[in-house]
Amino acid sequence: MTVPALNGLVLAGGHSRRMQRDKAVLTYDGRPQLARAMALLQPLVEHAFVSVRSDQRQDPARAAYETIADLTAGLGPIGGIQSALHASADRAWLVLACDLPFLDDATLHYLIAQRTPARLATAFRSSFDGKPEPLCAIYEPAARAVLDDWIARQKHCPRTWLSHADVTLLDLPNPRALDNINTADEYVATQPAPRTPRRLTVRYFAMLREQAGRSTEQLQTSAGTPLELYEELRRRHPLTLAPASLRVAVNDDFGDWRAPLVDGDTVVFLPPVAGG
Amino acid sequence: MQRSASGFFQLWDSTLLPEQLRQTVEDPACGGYVSFEGWVRNRNDGRTVQRLEYEAFAPLALSEGERILASARERYGVVNASCAHRVGDLAIGELAVWVGVSAEHRGEAFDACRFIIDEVKHRVPVWKKEHYTDGNSGWVNCEHCAAAPSEEAAAPAHAGHDHRHP
Repeated sequence: MTVPALNGLVLAGGHSRRMQRDKAVLTYDGRPQLARAMALLQPLVEHAFVSVRSDQRQDPARAAYETIADLTAGLGPIGGIQSALHASADRAWLVLACDLPFLDDATLHYLIAQRTPARLATAFRSSFDGKPEPLCAIYEPAARAVLDDWIARQKHCPRTWLSHADVTLLDLPNPRALDNINTADEYVATQPAPRTPRRLTVRYFAMLREQAGRSTEQLQTSAGTPLELYEELRRRHPLTLAPASLRVAVNDDFGDWRAPLVDGDTVVFLPPVAGG
Repeated sequence: MQRSASGFFQLWDSTLLPEQLRQTVEDPACGGYVSFEGWVRNRNDGRTVQRLEYEAFAPLALSEGERILASARERYGVVNASCAHRVGDLAIGELAVWVGVSAEHRGEAFDACRFIIDEVKHRVPVWKKEHYTDGNSGWVNCEHCAAAPSEEAAAPAHAGHDHRHP
């Protein structure tokens, strides 16, 4: 039998309710974790996609990648996996959660090497409770119909599905590789302490100037990119414009929302312009 | 008044003077001159406007304006292109923006002038606040993007809206 080619999917459609901020843009090793997960995945698969809720497609953290929007809203991770399996009938999918800060290359290489295409999926056993880990696993094309049927019966837990389905379960070569971080306190605990703070200057114009109540401010921040900085500023000031409606300038020229900031940078968030 | 590196894009904080600006594109090699003046209008979106406020992020406005003029010269082969934008408080009827282009012949001058004013409106970091006769005011192109945080979380429908003028 021909082994189906492998696509990749990073799940980044969650609401981050426990973290209370968007997990996709939290940084580990100085990179937003969505970017980190995509960078791990891209060399190993034919095409890598980000799974999103349909209302997240334009979000700047996600729009840089090819996306697959959930076919059905509100199913959680299983909805993302199902949507990918429907996106192409003949591909297997290596699915990753975006919040696996300890995941490494070796773990993914091992998973691919041990893949069993004749079964519905190949996954790791949790080193914590021995149950299958659905969010670092390979799903074969044949899983689609079985998963559709499972979801039609109002069952939404992918872990329970893996426990019942015909899958290969592997022991983790690195038992910590899939430790995940869902609460802000756990996140802080993984950060190098203290993370080098940057001294940045922010200048505000027009509507943002009025909402921030100032034209400029200097701050010490651990925000690594303009996107993280804007999210931080939105916690301090009642800024109503979403990043998707803004452009960013760094040191007097247009900049990139995800480019690293360095000490001494001056950052300007540009509201929609209206000259003439 | 602040000028871009070449001097041809300018931000003025006092009344624009078209006669003076015209001199920046006068050229014996040119047979055609086209200029555009944008004026402050007393109505917008069905509301009566009393006055306007323009604000610019000057360093980037100047460099982006300069890039627009350079691409107009390159695209249309015009010889000289110049633009000045007002900042500060403006009354109805005042001149908000001026564009002047000179070329060997009129056709490319018309096209380049139109190109420049369209690009300036879309790209240069200048913001306009309208003050209405009813006492309200609003930032043009921004107010409809601003959503209460809860609304935005529920439906970020504004994402991807490109803020283009009609």
